[in-house]
Parts: sequence; structure tokens; C-alpha cells
Amino acid sequence: MRALEKKLFRDFRRLWAQGLAIALVLACGVSIFLMSFGMFVALTDTRAAYYERNRFADIFAQVRRAPRSLAAEIAAIEGVRTVEVRVTGSAILDLPGKIESAVGQFISLPSGGLPRLNVPLLRSGRFPDPLATDEVVVNEPFAQANGYQPGDVIHANLNGSVRPLTITGTALTPEFIYTIGPGDMMPDNEGFGIIWMPEPSLAAAVDMGGAFNDVALTLLRGANAAEVIDALDALLDPYGAQGAHGRDLQLSNAFIDGELKQLRSMAYVLPPVFFGITVFLVNMVIGRIVALERSEIGLMKAIGYSDTEVSLHYLALSVLIATVGIIAGVGLGTWFSRGLAQLYAAFFNFPYLIFSVNAQVYIISCALGFATAALGAIRAALAAARLPPAVAMSPPAPPRYTHSLFDRFLALLSLGQPTIMILRNISRWPFRAGLTALGLALAVAVLVASAFFEDALDEMVDTSFYLANRQDAMLILSQAAPREALQEIARLPGVMQVEGAQFHGAILRNGHLEKRVAIEGRPADAELAQIVGKDKRPVPPPDNGVLLSERLAWQLDVAPGDDVTVEFLTGRRETTTVPVAGIIKSYIGLAAYMHSENLDRLMRRSERLDVANLMLDQAAEDEFHAAVKDLPGLAGTVMLGDTLEAFQETIEQNIDISTVIYVAIAVLITVGVTYNSARIQLSERARDLASLRILGFTNGEVSYILIGETAVLVLLAQPLGWVLGSALAAAMVAGFESDLYSIPLVLNRDTFAWASTVVLIASAVAALLVRRRLDRLDLIEVMKTRE
Amino acid sequence: MKDTAREPAIVFRTEGLTKVYDTGEVKVYALAGVDLELHEGELTVLLGPSGSGKSTLLNILGGLDHATEGRVWFRDIELTKMGNRALTQFRRDYVGFIFQFYNLVASLSARENVALVTDIAADPMTPEEALDIVGLGHRMDHFPAELSGGEQQRVAIARAIAKRPEVLLCDEPTGALDSKTGVQVLEALDRINTEFGTTTAVITHAAEIRKMAHRVIRFQDGRIGSVEVNETRLRPQDIEW
Repeated sequence: MRALEKKLFRDFRRLWAQGLAIALVLACGVSIFLMSFGMFVALTDTRAAYYERNRFADIFAQVRRAPRSLAAEIAAIEGVRTVEVRVTGSAILDLPGKIESAVGQFISLPSGGLPRLNVPLLRSGRFPDPLATDEVVVNEPFAQANGYQPGDVIHANLNGSVRPLTITGTALTPEFIYTIGPGDMMPDNEGFGIIWMPEPSLAAAVDMGGAFNDVALTLLRGANAAEVIDALDALLDPYGAQGAHGRDLQLSNAFIDGELKQLRSMAYVLPPVFFGITVFLVNMVIGRIVALERSEIGLMKAIGYSDTEVSLHYLALSVLIATVGIIAGVGLGTWFSRGLAQLYAAFFNFPYLIFSVNAQVYIISCALGFATAALGAIRAALAAARLPPAVAMSPPAPPRYTHSLFDRFLALLSLGQPTIMILRNISRWPFRAGLTALGLALAVAVLVASAFFEDALDEMVDTSFYLANRQDAMLILSQAAPREALQEIARLPGVMQVEGAQFHGAILRNGHLEKRVAIEGRPADAELAQIVGKDKRPVPPPDNGVLLSERLAWQLDVAPGDDVTVEFLTGRRETTTVPVAGIIKSYIGLAAYMHSENLDRLMRRSERLDVANLMLDQAAEDEFHAAVKDLPGLAGTVMLGDTLEAFQETIEQNIDISTVIYVAIAVLITVGVTYNSARIQLSERARDLASLRILGFTNGEVSYILIGETAVLVLLAQPLGWVLGSALAAAMVAGFESDLYSIPLVLNRDTFAWASTVVLIASAVAALLVRRRLDRLDLIEVMKTRE
Repeated sequence: MKDTAREPAIVFRTEGLTKVYDTGEVKVYALAGVDLELHEGELTVLLGPSGSGKSTLLNILGGLDHATEGRVWFRDIELTKMGNRALTQFRRDYVGFIFQFYNLVASLSARENVALVTDIAADPMTPEEALDIVGLGHRMDHFPAELSGGEQQRVAIARAIAKRPEVLLCDEPTGALDSKTGVQVLEALDRINTEFGTTTAVITHAAEIRKMAHRVIRFQDGRIGSVEVNETRLRPQDIEW
């Protein structure tokens, strides 16, 4: 090893504490980048491969009932490659040994074998005999959650008759990677299953002989999706079409899109914060070393080392620090990725393992890490290269302190000399002081942006469950029923109160802006399911017009009083214009509400309902569930208590994990910044401080000067951190927002206090570590050394 | 007429060498038109008060600094025409420096400090040989903090000579040492000058040291005041200051 390399490694060893503090900050950035970008790529690739292999469709449409002969016409649409028509339906399942009912989503299997599109992948057992009337394949997660094996029997209430169905196998499908039942907020594999049934028997059961109610198709390369959708809508229109759509509105696909969007915004937002702090810290430390080694730099040049060799020497020091950070970051990132992959395995149903962050992502992560450290060191390294050897050999001129307005201001305050030293040092290096405060502010911001999440979800739960959806259960009817159905439901055991609601698929338009939504109709006297206004007060459905959620109104660019065009996809599929009656709050989906009577009037029909909202007597819940299993015409049930419980359980788990991670991150940033800044000050001012000690100042008084500056900067960082944290939280809210759900920006005083407490404690610990060094300072030695 | 056959070759030659430090407020003439020759194999002592331009001259001769005006030649090569890269190469190939404050790298042992040079020189001796020459063969693995001032300076000398330089430029090599240790350092310099014929220039405040030189050049206000040739030289151990 060459002597210069030995010097490098010895310098590195001497600086281990500072280097480690920086390396850990860098490790955070590398690991989060590796995880978010790596999982983004892995999830994208895995999904694409699955879609490709199992021929996931491009366009989807549902109709009430269309003749099978229409399939040929659909196939003839220009740009269509393959068409698959099928029968689907939703039914209440009676599972052996379970009190509560479950919901089954039935999908037909063509008689000739497997479907051409959305091909289910058999995981165990066999597909049903095409001629059998009681054989089905269920989706694997449903079978696993309920412990079913091929041969087990479940019951389904299909069109009013309860039939036993034998499970012959389990399967997975690209249509339900994210398997969420109607009205649910989270996947519930125990209570919602996908059930494949041979077409003849399913068609007979749901009265679809010679007909289909669901169509999927793929496009030829270069085909215009919008044109195909229009042509398909035109063909299906006479048969009760609900509007064809692309993958973007396919629920499972949209959820994965949402997850991908989150991963991407995570990769864009968080790592740059850490890389920025690393650049700053490396810059500070290497800059200091170059200043300290001024004469050694002169010497190296005097004996013939070139400018490039000298600057590379200091760059190499930053690369060594980066190497430690990258090794830690890659390890941590791999571990994070595994954790996330496990989470995905629980929520997403893929036939293969997702976890495979590819080599390219690793290479990019490492390259970013090295580039960050090099960027931080480049200024100091160039300064070392530029330092003329003759100048380098002579001691540096003392830093120029001048009397400024600030000094006059200080004089007015009649402060002690130590305090003046602190304040003057900050004003002497305002840029560095500013960056130190900014680094600490970012630590506060990271904590604010993570802690706000819990409050935001509380707010979501409060609004969605305790204000808006106060019903205990929802019964989803398979077909719109007359008002009299409510009386029948009210007679079910345990039902204390019942209200009807209706849902209409519709396209809302304002000029060229349009959005597909479900308009919900509510009676004026609804108490269980209420519409919540922006002030969190219940808003009655308007006599005339539509209430829109904030996001929907923003997307359509409308305000109360403006008109929107409503194209109903149900009933007579008529188009009408209604005024926007108001803007309301909703965190789940794109909500649009109208008065039930108003809707019935527009539909020119008598009062109808699609959903019954119930309040239940908890003592009679078992009887209620038993009765529901035999109720005809039911497409599904939602127990809101269960939904809430599942939601909170999942959220709490995730919040606990992420809180630990974010606190660790904030502590690393704080310690990294505080320790380095105090350590560098100690190095710069060792002589001053030693002189003071010799003059008779106590250790405490001297460390006041050293720690005082850090303390001032830490305090200045707090309000800045709150502001940055609020901005970061707002950015995260925007990053997470989708048409499926949005997170409210809730920032409480507690959140700010918590963030500041963590950062203050961490910086105090770091400052005390440096103080210990100050206490051990050898006064004589310091005074003897020549800078 | 001089007898050119006996006249030694010229190693350094300057012509109207001027160096001005412009601080913005005042212009300081560190060198104000210096014409000088240094001869092969000679040990030259440069005397003069602080600020008389000795160190500036040495820095320019060694390629550490640029002249404001005038020209400098090393043998036939004109240094004043060279860029930084060429000057680095010049230092690497021909020049050994010794400074008042030793300038050892604290994190490297004596042997490693010397290796710093032998790593990049074309035809160096081993660090061990160089340290033996200055009498420090037995302390090779000590770090600078474990060596006395005189020993540190001798390590610096070993480091300077390890590359077998053509010229040795010493700026106050004994400035930080007491007279007794200073003599050891001077002995090492004298030995190298005698045994290897290395052209040596020594800046000093201690006028007595002039007695060991072949030639003595006195500086005053950035100019050469006088040049004298010693007919008889004293050995370092006979000098006291």
C-alpha cells in the first residue's frame, strides 16, 4: 500500500465517529431509494409478466343482459384482438361453521375449456367438469383464509335458491390481484371469494341462458382504446350497458397503480432529503479536513504530487465514508424490501414471489450514494487542488471578523463575551449555520410528516365511520327493489332501523372534463348513512342538484351553482343537467350525492333502492346473519364494524412500524448534523476554547460556547421544521391521493411537539458526546500545535 | 578571463526576478529584480532579515510559486514558462524541500513519510536507506509525535533526499531547533552535499551557519545585497550559534 493510501485509511479511522454519522444518513437515503424504486420496478415487472402470461384484458364492460351473438360484432370492432364474453354475478355464501355470511363473485368458465382472456391460474385441484352443476373453483386466498381443500362444500344463495357447491380446486387471476369486495375498505379473504363456475350452470342459476353480462377484450397493437370503448358502448347500449372502461378503472389494477404511485413519490421525495443532508455533511467535514491539512497539502505538492492526486486523495476519503453508508444502506434496503414484499404478499395475490429487486436498481442505488458523497467533497477537493503550494505552506490568514450592524445590535444587548462569541460565529458563517439549521429542520419535518399520518387516519375513521357511515350493516341488492322491500328487511331479526339508498353509475361532465362515478341517492331523512359537509356537519341531500366531494369538484373544475351534465349508465341511460348544490367531505372514493326522490323523478320511476343500510341489535346479530343467508336477491353484505376493525388493525400495525423507522431516521439526521457541526466547531475553536480555559473559565463555561451555538441552531430549526414538515405532509397527502381514497391533512400541536421533543433530545445527546471530548482536551497540546 | 573548465555548471539562473504581493491596498515587493546563479554541487547559504525575499526566491526556484516578472532557468529549462502541471513534474523529478516546521504527515510513521516520496519518484532509494543516511535507521516506525524536533527534521531531510534530487532547497531547516540539534541537521545536509554532490540552498537567520557554505548570498529588501565566497569552510560541528 502506498504511503498516501495509508494516510487515507488512517484519516478515515481517526474520523470514524463523524464518518459513521454521515454514513448512516446516507444509508437512510440509499435504503429508502433501494426499497421504493426497487419495489416499484419489481411490482411493475411482476404485474406486467402476470398480465402477459394470463392475458389480462385491456377493455372491460358490464351489461344487464346481451345476446351471445353480439360477441361476433364486438370482435369485428376495428382494433380488437380477442373478445371474451361471460356471465358474472354476486351472491351471498353460506360457509360451513360460519355465522356471518360471505360474498361470492361468480365468474363463468366457458364450456370449451379455459377463457381466452383473464385466464385463471390453477393453484390446486382441478377445474370443474364443464357439465357439472355443482362444481366450482375458488380463489386461493379465499380457500386459504377459510381452510378449504378440494372436496369441501360451501353453499350459495343463487337467485333465491341455496345450492351446495363442491370446491374442485383453487386458482388465482390477474383480475383480482387486489381482491376487494363490494363496499369493503380492505381485502377480506375470509368474507369475499371469487368463484369460477361452468357457464351452463351459472347461466342457468342467474337466468342468463344464451346471454352474457360481462365482456372483456384485448386490443391490437396501435389500436385506439378510446375509439374501441366508444364503439363497444354503442354496441352494448341497447342491452343496459354501464359504460366500457380501460384498465385504469379496473379496481384491482387501479389499487396497484395507486401503490406504484406511492412508491414512486416515495422514491422521489425522501431520498433526495437524505442525499442533500449527506452532501452538506460531507462538504462540512472534508472542508474542515482540507483546512486543517493545509500545510500537508502544501507539502504533498512540494514533493511532486499533482493537483489531481491531491484532490483525489480527499475525494477518496468521502468515497470511503460513502462505502460504509452504501453497504449499510444496501443491507437495510434489502431488509426493508423484504418487509414490503411480505406486506405485498399479504395484500396482493400474485402467483409468484414479488421480491426481486434487480441488479440494476442496486447499481443505481450505489452510484447515487457515491455521487452524493463525491458531490459533497468536490468543493473541498477542488479547493485543495487550487491551493498554491507556496501559500499552503504558510498558515492561513485569520478569519476576517468585521464590525457590522449586527455587532452594534449585540453591543446594545450587553451580553457576556461567551454569548457574543456564539452569536458572532453564527453571523460569521451564516451559510453554514443556515445549512445546519436546515438539516435539523428536515429531521423535525420527517417526524411531523410521519406523525401526522396517525391523526389523518383517525380523522378518516371519524368522518367515514362515526359521522358518515353510522349503519352497522349494508345489504347490497342484486337488483333495484321497490320501497316495500325496506319493510321486509325491517322484519329481519335484530334490525332496529333501516334506510334505503340507491347507486347509479354515471359520467359527470363539465365541458371537456369528465369523470365516471357512482351517484348515491339518499332519502332526506337518512340518519344512518349521512352526508358530511366540509364543516363536518351532516348535510341533507339537496332537493335539486348534486353534492360533490372536494376532489371530484376539483377534477371537474366546478363550484356550487355551476351546472354539470350527468350521463346515467343505468336505467334509461339518459343525460341530464343538474346544478352543483354543494361541496362535501369524503375521503373514500369520488362521492356524488343526490336526493333519492330527485333521482327517481329523473329516472321516471317509482321509489327504488339498491342498498339497505341497517342498524342492528347486537344481541340478535347471529339470528340476523342466519336470516340473511336465506334472503333472495342479495348480492352482498357489508358489516361495517368488521370493516372498521380490519382497517384499524392494519393501519395500526403499519403505523407502529413506520413510526419506529421514521424516528430512527430523524434521530440519525439529528445526530449526524449536530455531532458533525459541534465536532467541527471544537476543531476550529480548540485554541480559543483552550485559551479561555487557561484564562480561568470552567469546563462548563467553555462548553457553553461550544454547545450554545448548536443549541441556538437547534432552536431556530424547530419552527422551520414545522413549516417544512407541514409542506412535506401536504406533499405526501398529494402523493397518496387517488380516486379511490384521499388522506386528510391533519396537523395538531401534539404532532409538532412530538417531533421537536425527539429532535431536541437527540441533538442534546450528540452535543454531550462532543462535550465529553472538550472535557478531555489537552490544553497545553492544543496551544502548542500550529495550525 | 575565468577558467571555464574549472567553473562548475549553473543549476539555477534568474534574470530580473520580481515578485509582487498585491493585497489590493498595498503592493509589496518581495523580490525586486534579482539576478542570481546557483552552481552545481555548491552549498549556498541565503542570509537576510525577515521579509527580505529569501523564502519567496526559494519557492520560485523550487516551482512552488510563480514570479511576477523576470525569468528563471533550471539548467536549460525555463521555469517561468512552465504551467502548474510541468512545475509539479519538475518538483517530482529534481527538487527536495526541507521546511522550518518539518511538515511531516502526522498519521504516517517516519518510514511512511519518506515513502510518500519514494512512491512517486523515478529512481528513489528505499526509505530505509534514506533514514540511515540521516541516522534514524533505528526509529523508522515511530510516528512524528514520538520523535524529537531534530529527529523530525531529519526525517524531513530523509524524505527530501530519498528521491536523489538534483537540488535541495532548505527554508530555515534549523529555525525551530536548538543549536545542538541544529548541528545534527546541518551535518546531515553537509554529508548529502559532499557525498552526493547535491546542489543545496539553505535559508537561515543564523549568520554563523554561513561558515559552512561555499557561497553566501545576503538579501536586503528583495534584492541581493552581497555575494561572498568562503575560501575555507567550517564543519557543522565547529559552528555554534
